[in-house]
Amino acid sequence: MLNVEKIRADFPFFLQKKNGQSWAFLDNAASTQKLEAVLHVMDNLYRTHFANIHRGVYDIAEAATQDFEETRNLVAKFINASQPEEIIFTKNTTEALNALAYTLGFNLKAGDEVVLSEMEHHANLVPWQQACQRTGAILKFIPVTPEFRLNLNNLDKIISSKTKVVSVVVTSNVLGTTNKVELIIAQARKVGALVILDGAQSVPHQPTDVQKLDCDFLAFSAHKIYGPTGVGVLYGKRKLLENLSPFLTGGHMIDTVEYQNTTWGPIPAKFEAGTPAIAEVVGFGEVIKYFNKIGWQNILAHEFDLTNYSLKKLQAIKGLKLFGPRDSQHRCPVFTFSIEGLHAHDLASILNDEGVAVRAGHHCTQPLHRKFGLIATTRASCTIYNTKDDINRLVDGIKKAQKILG
Amino acid sequence: MDLYQANILDHYKHPHYHGKLVRPSAEGLAANLSCGDSLQIAIKVNKDKLVDAAFQGEGCVLSQATASILLTEAVGKELKEIASWDKQKIIDLLKVQIGPTRLQCALLSLDALQSAIKKL
Repeated sequence: MLNVEKIRADFPFFLQKKNGQSWAFLDNAASTQKLEAVLHVMDNLYRTHFANIHRGVYDIAEAATQDFEETRNLVAKFINASQPEEIIFTKNTTEALNALAYTLGFNLKAGDEVVLSEMEHHANLVPWQQACQRTGAILKFIPVTPEFRLNLNNLDKIISSKTKVVSVVVTSNVLGTTNKVELIIAQARKVGALVILDGAQSVPHQPTDVQKLDCDFLAFSAHKIYGPTGVGVLYGKRKLLENLSPFLTGGHMIDTVEYQNTTWGPIPAKFEAGTPAIAEVVGFGEVIKYFNKIGWQNILAHEFDLTNYSLKKLQAIKGLKLFGPRDSQHRCPVFTFSIEGLHAHDLASILNDEGVAVRAGHHCTQPLHRKFGLIATTRASCTIYNTKDDINRLVDGIKKAQKILG
Repeated sequence: MDLYQANILDHYKHPHYHGKLVRPSAEGLAANLSCGDSLQIAIKVNKDKLVDAAFQGEGCVLSQATASILLTEAVGKELKEIASWDKQKIIDLLKVQIGPTRLQCALLSLDALQSAIKKL
């Protein structure tokens, strides 16, 4: 079992106090706190061997390039990509998904269909709306059940021969639901559609094996897994990446440039125009090393335990309505809820006074909120460094808010 | 910081100028994009003065209480003066410290009120 006290010691954020206590930080689905090792490596790079990568032949430029490419190797192994060139560094998940919607959009035509689920984050919804509006393709949705899971019963009706792209979230950032994407991928394979997975919320919480899943693309962000902002990952199968047009063009991604024409370089360079977030990518490598050290079994057991505890504690609160599965199977420790008579913003403000950080709002899922007749909700999202005590403080804070505003 | 002072809670639980107006001079609407709350304010004007107002809408304590406090202050004042109010006016009226995110909740009613005045 995970020694959470030891884990917390690896995150300098927890050294600071609010009202004499470290924060109960429960906004991890939005972004996570940073590992000391990540900060140290970034600081060291900037201080001792910083130079632009892929160009200079002097020692420090080569050292920076080597460090940068080492993270690519680590990430490829982390998600079991068959080769490091299948890992593209982007700015974040949003940019990775936009790149796909833009570039795959070139192949869409009127009457083609793009399939998403009803629980997509705006990042995997708006880019596809744009692509469909540009091309005349039709957007379809796998529905969410009243139990907050995807209804996969009529998949063959939704994913058909007209479907060109299926882009779905693995774990919902609001519901916490982890979808059975294997079934969706199997149906997409039958009709020859491309499959994109939004792994922003799943990659931090469960092992990801892109070869076993047989997805075509996967997108996720470093900052949601204890890494820096400004780094996203787009995985794609080599053949597909080689045949796709680039999203951004400019320096580094070229083969030959003439005044009138340009040919593209090989992958991954073709999708990495311009100077990337060098220090941040190098820092992100430390996250993967950390995961390898802690081990998935320990992380899964800890988060499962936390999920069970949170579900029990939260559902015992009078007037609390959980907006997500009530059981702990196939879900992550993300808990979105509303409380009768309490507005999410007021609750979040009172929790803040207690040193409990949660998120209030629509969490970038307006259509999903509308579907369930909600405007703003409160979300508590846990990760590796959260404890049962954090949940107790959340529950006490909710009760205090009910007393003040009830 | 104690956002939820007695004065603010009073206005939330017993709001002034809440509801509808019969034949208003103009109406204004404002929405908070971060949470989806929206607020509607109807106004009645006579000779450059705000003579009556009413607000409607779902929202947090801060947005609802501020609407009540703001309209209490605004009714009877000249439109020119109301149009010149900014976020500092709201902070002065509420007498509490508010962070930038929650300030959006508090500013909702001023937005709605000033947009109603613009429509006259």
